Amino acid sequence: MKVYVPRDYSACAMGADEVARAIEREAARRGLSLDLVRNGSRGLYWLEPLVEVERNGERIGYGPITEEEVEGLFSAGFLEGKEHPARLGDPEEIPYLRRQKRLVFRRMGRTDPLSLDAYRQQGGLAGLTRALTLSPQQIVEEVTKSGLRGRGGAGFPTGIKWKTTLQAAADRKYIVCNADEGDSGTFSDRMVIEGDPFLLIEGMIIAGLAVGATEGYVYLRSEYPLARRVFAEALEKARAVGMLGDDILGSGKSFALNLYIGAGAYVCGEETALLESLEGKRGMVRPRPPLPAIRGLWQKPTVVNNVITLASVPVILADGAEAFAQLGVGRSKGTLPVQLSGNLKRPGLVEVPFGITLEELLFEYGGGTASGRPLKTIQIGGPLGPFLPPSLFPVTLDYEELTKVRGIVGHGGIVAFDDTVNLGRMARYAMEYCAGESCGKCTPCRIGSTRGMELLDQILSGKKGPEAAELLVDLCDVMVNASLCGLGGMTPFPVLSGLRFFPEDFGYSKEEVEPLLQKV
Amino acid sequence: MENGKVERKDELEGILQTFARQANGLIPAFHAIQNRYGYVPKECLPEVARAFNLSQADVYGVLTFYHEFRHEPAGRHVVSACRAEACQANGSATVIERIRERLGIDFGETTPDDEVTLLPTYCFGNCACGPSIAIDGKLYGRMSAERVERMLRGMGALE
Ligand SMILES: Cc1cc2nc3c(=O)[nH]c(=O)nc-3n(C[C@H](O)[C@H](O)[C@H](O)COP(=O)(O)O)c2cc1C
Ligand code: SF4
Repeated sequence: MKVYVPRDYSACAMGADEVARAIEREAARRGLSLDLVRNGSRGLYWLEPLVEVERNGERIGYGPITEEEVEGLFSAGFLEGKEHPARLGDPEEIPYLRRQKRLVFRRMGRTDPLSLDAYRQQGGLAGLTRALTLSPQQIVEEVTKSGLRGRGGAGFPTGIKWKTTLQAAADRKYIVCNADEGDSGTFSDRMVIEGDPFLLIEGMIIAGLAVGATEGYVYLRSEYPLARRVFAEALEKARAVGMLGDDILGSGKSFALNLYIGAGAYVCGEETALLESLEGKRGMVRPRPPLPAIRGLWQKPTVVNNVITLASVPVILADGAEAFAQLGVGRSKGTLPVQLSGNLKRPGLVEVPFGITLEELLFEYGGGTASGRPLKTIQIGGPLGPFLPPSLFPVTLDYEELTKVRGIVGHGGIVAFDDTVNLGRMARYAMEYCAGESCGKCTPCRIGSTRGMELLDQILSGKKGPEAAELLVDLCDVMVNASLCGLGGMTPFPVLSGLRFFPEDFGYSKEEVEPLLQKV
Repeated sequence: MENGKVERKDELEGILQTFARQANGLIPAFHAIQNRYGYVPKECLPEVARAFNLSQADVYGVLTFYHEFRHEPAGRHVVSACRAEACQANGSATVIERIRERLGIDFGETTPDDEVTLLPTYCFGNCACGPSIAIDGKLYGRMSAERVERMLRGMGALE
């Protein structure tokens, strides 16, 4: 008899550890023996802690379950899959999950993330096994054909990046995984590392084979302590069985992988700041060129990729580039693990092909606001993404389509706000955040963000007329055009979008702001 | 997490020996020092600089760049509240307001009785289950003002 309780940071924040202990206690009290498995989360977060029972190969879910409800769960006969108010049936038949197209997250929540046997049984290592039969050029070709674009934010084609590093001649090259996941409203990297860590390891080994790198680093943010513990354990296991090391799966090829913990700096998610930090220095952004693909870590050619980018690679190698490229629309190929959060009834992880509308994500999946009040706006693509009004919810999830409305895909986070939000305050917050996180290398960002904050304080206190809005727009214009990196360069997005779509929140009328906004 | 003065120099040397061998060992060394002492004491810096063959200014520059590293001892309990957007969308402002008001301190401060330090965090990755508060390293989701007050009372932080 198997019982599953997720060991996922969010599930644990909702009491999963306590529920797991209560289940063990109650089973002991009743003289029952059961096999308690700590799985990853399926990402249906409004149902966490989601307890599952496996009987004759079938899974029955119950959720959300509190510690106090565990005894009642036993009494109701959950081990036989019996009725209970929290009974959900087969979790994979819940429409929220059934309607998704999970490629990267295909195993998520099914098994013990730290069991390599379970990983293999569920299709793990198929991508690496195939990659070991291919030449570096062939692997790069496959990734290029898949159309995979970077999931960290910039959406740069992964195959092109890899080709650059493959062609760079050097005695040493590196694979660096960007697991800094600093965007509020995102948690897909965390889920992969906690819930399917071997997938990331497999993706990084394939990247190493593709570009000729034999060493890699995962740069993980310090705010993810559970991910750190799980990944450290996964690394040990992968080394012990020869998945990592000098003889990858008996192929004679080698790859070494290390875990490095950040120290709370949003800008270290920017790839060149990340490399500085990984070298043990202040996380100052490097001017480009040179590209990290040519001169990165310790000045050696380095592939820097997001967790989800790297975790997509084993899937592409296993299923073939065509299968991946068939999904999605236009130049946005494959699936995106969208993360729904904020004021929604059903927040969670929704992996779907590109091309779905924002409306469908927010209402069909998200269920509308949790508060029951009108959904006023969403912020898409993290703290540097714009606020979009409901009139733009028919737009599809697609790099190019979103760009047309000044939106971004970013790392796939969508945060929903009801009508109690004030966009003037959010704009002020964006400037304050930028001021706090700026690396200080360039003036528009370092000084501009503080000036922006002061200006917004004056605007919001009603002490300034429309000329303050003009100043704000000019300041944003300078930040967008003259900042060295995206922190200073994109902080104006939430500010200007707020002003554009919700001028009344700043104390202005549409007529006052529209002429100003024409130049940006 | 433990607080304490840097009494045992050999202990610090042990930490430094482990990390100074690594070309990128400075940040891991600060993590280890903070783990041991609850903060990174200023008195450590000359030795850190020596171990890494860097100037004290360089070492100080790295230390102060990162929000994670504290320069003063924390209170007996550390409360970290997420200030980022996703938690704001779920009403974190009222939770944070209640903490500030009941403890009488702002972010970055410690209560006069050294009981609680309040720290800001920008995202725990618990965005689907916010507002998020961590107390002494344990994360709690779906926090409300009432519940956080109960928890503060439960740990003896409120009279
Ligand atoms: C301020 C700032 C923060 C960023 N934070 C992250 C991050 O947390 N994770 C990430 O993968 N990329 C982040 N990026 C994007 C990286 O610079 C880089 O584009 C990415 O790691 C490349 O990997 P990809 O091609 O797989 O997306 C950030 C960029 C900027 C400007
Ligand atoms: S925009 Fe800001 S974070 Fe980026 S390089 Fe300039 S100062 Fe640093």
